[in-house]
Amino acid sequence: MPGAVEIKSQKVADELKNALPSKLEVKRVSKTFEAKRGEKFLALDDVSLNVGEGEFVCLVGPSGCGKSTLLNLIAGLDKADSGEILTNGKPVSEPGRDRMMMFQEHALFPWLDVIGNVMFGLKLKPNLNDSERREVAKYYLHLVGLDRFLNSAIHELSGGMRQRVALARSLAPNPQILLMDEPFGALDALTRENLYGDLQRIWQQRKKTIVFVTHNIREAVCLGDRVILFSPNPGKIREEFKVELPRPRSINDPALSEVSSVITAALKCHLDAKGVME
Amino acid sequence: MKRDLKFLSGAVWPIAGFCVLIAVWECLVRAEIWSAIVLPSPLSVARYLWDSVLDGVWPFAVLTTLKRLVLGYAIGLMVGIPLGVLCARSKICRDTIGLLALGLQALPSVCWVPLAIIWFGMNEHAMLFVVLMGTVWSLLISTQHGVMNIPPIYIRAARTMGSKGLHTWIHVIMPAAFPSIVGGMKQGWAFAWRSLMAAEIYVSIAVMGLGQLLHYGRENMDMAQVVGIMLVVVVIGLLADKILFSPWERMLRKRWGLSQN
Repeated sequence: MPGAVEIKSQKVADELKNALPSKLEVKRVSKTFEAKRGEKFLALDDVSLNVGEGEFVCLVGPSGCGKSTLLNLIAGLDKADSGEILTNGKPVSEPGRDRMMMFQEHALFPWLDVIGNVMFGLKLKPNLNDSERREVAKYYLHLVGLDRFLNSAIHELSGGMRQRVALARSLAPNPQILLMDEPFGALDALTRENLYGDLQRIWQQRKKTIVFVTHNIREAVCLGDRVILFSPNPGKIREEFKVELPRPRSINDPALSEVSSVITAALKCHLDAKGVME
Repeated sequence: MKRDLKFLSGAVWPIAGFCVLIAVWECLVRAEIWSAIVLPSPLSVARYLWDSVLDGVWPFAVLTTLKRLVLGYAIGLMVGIPLGVLCARSKICRDTIGLLALGLQALPSVCWVPLAIIWFGMNEHAMLFVVLMGTVWSLLISTQHGVMNIPPIYIRAARTMGSKGLHTWIHVIMPAAFPSIVGGMKQGWAFAWRSLMAAEIYVSIAVMGLGQLLHYGRENMDMAQVVGIMLVVVVIGLLADKILFSPWERMLRKRWGLSQN
């Protein structure tokens, strides 16, 4: 990477070493929500999923199929009714910095500037002092291409830049797993294309396990090693597809379109069978 | 240089406006439609203000009044903000204290003056109490609303980064509610200022604030004093707004990107 940030302190260099990517196991997880008038809504029905170390997995499906619910469970923001979730063999019981989450809304804090946002998670790490934290934050802001905006206010940034800050913020605590909930859903096509390229580069460089939720099948094929297809009512995994296209992939690659049309057809087939197509 | 000129041209109309106002006032006095007791001349008001700077009457009154205001307001902040947080957290508090606050906020705090005089007597405590009643309810309500209306995604994002409990309150919830709390502080300040003036007019006491000077000005039929003190009250109100709240609002606009409202 041109003009990379120079790291002086050994402690910072250690902090920036890639965390070993983690294995993720979802075992027979179910989750119901209480809908209006006391009706029960089965968001996830006996879902099992294994994600390997450093694997990039995309969860796709129409809204209400439980893919975001599953992500929240992995993050530890919600509790499953039954089943369990293990990271590196250890059960998930609460949120932790080994699993960082990125949301569709950038969720950046407007009272902090760009670098303040990236340092938020680092401030909860007691082994670093403030100047070391700054150095770590600068490294990640460089990684997402925002060196020139360290002290900008959040409202001054474009939508794409905000999601870049959010990406830097979730990378900064050096998690083993990155959970992404439709992070590019609200961006325009051109901005998204740039971010696809950057995300693939960063994933390869930082060797994270990534679980990426989207309803955009082309996006899933462009990014994922594997695409997991969900269907709603109740939320279940229907099928999974291995994507074996060479990287880095471009969203405009015709080979990519072929794969995504196969998956789209499969999704339609499942939805027709359930009679939920509008 | 260019900026100075712009500033000057911006000041032309306000200055012209005030000059016309004072000229009309002077003409009305010279026409002798009303007696000098009812309508003092601008010159006599200016002379009063100048003379009592020399003998220290109104500067001392300003100090006295500001002391009461700042003390009452500070207590208001210390009571109102924590109570607002409490109401945001607990439904029971919201349904009891919160509801009471909503009711009492509708009561102009001058209405507390008779009760305060009975409870505390003609003294500092009575005035402090009135200022407190003017400040605390609007602060409580805006803090409660501020805390309850912060986007839940902030808290979820903070939790994934390992923030919980008190850390979340100090570093996420309170900063997120800050614009709303500043709004409440500004309103609380305005209420406190107005209610203190009323309290000072009613509570006659040896240590004189601006309100008492107004009161005795009327008793002595010294309208130059009344109008002069009114001017001082206006200027202090404006200055407080500019000095205390403008910097914060500017900061909020810069950081949050909020428009002025």
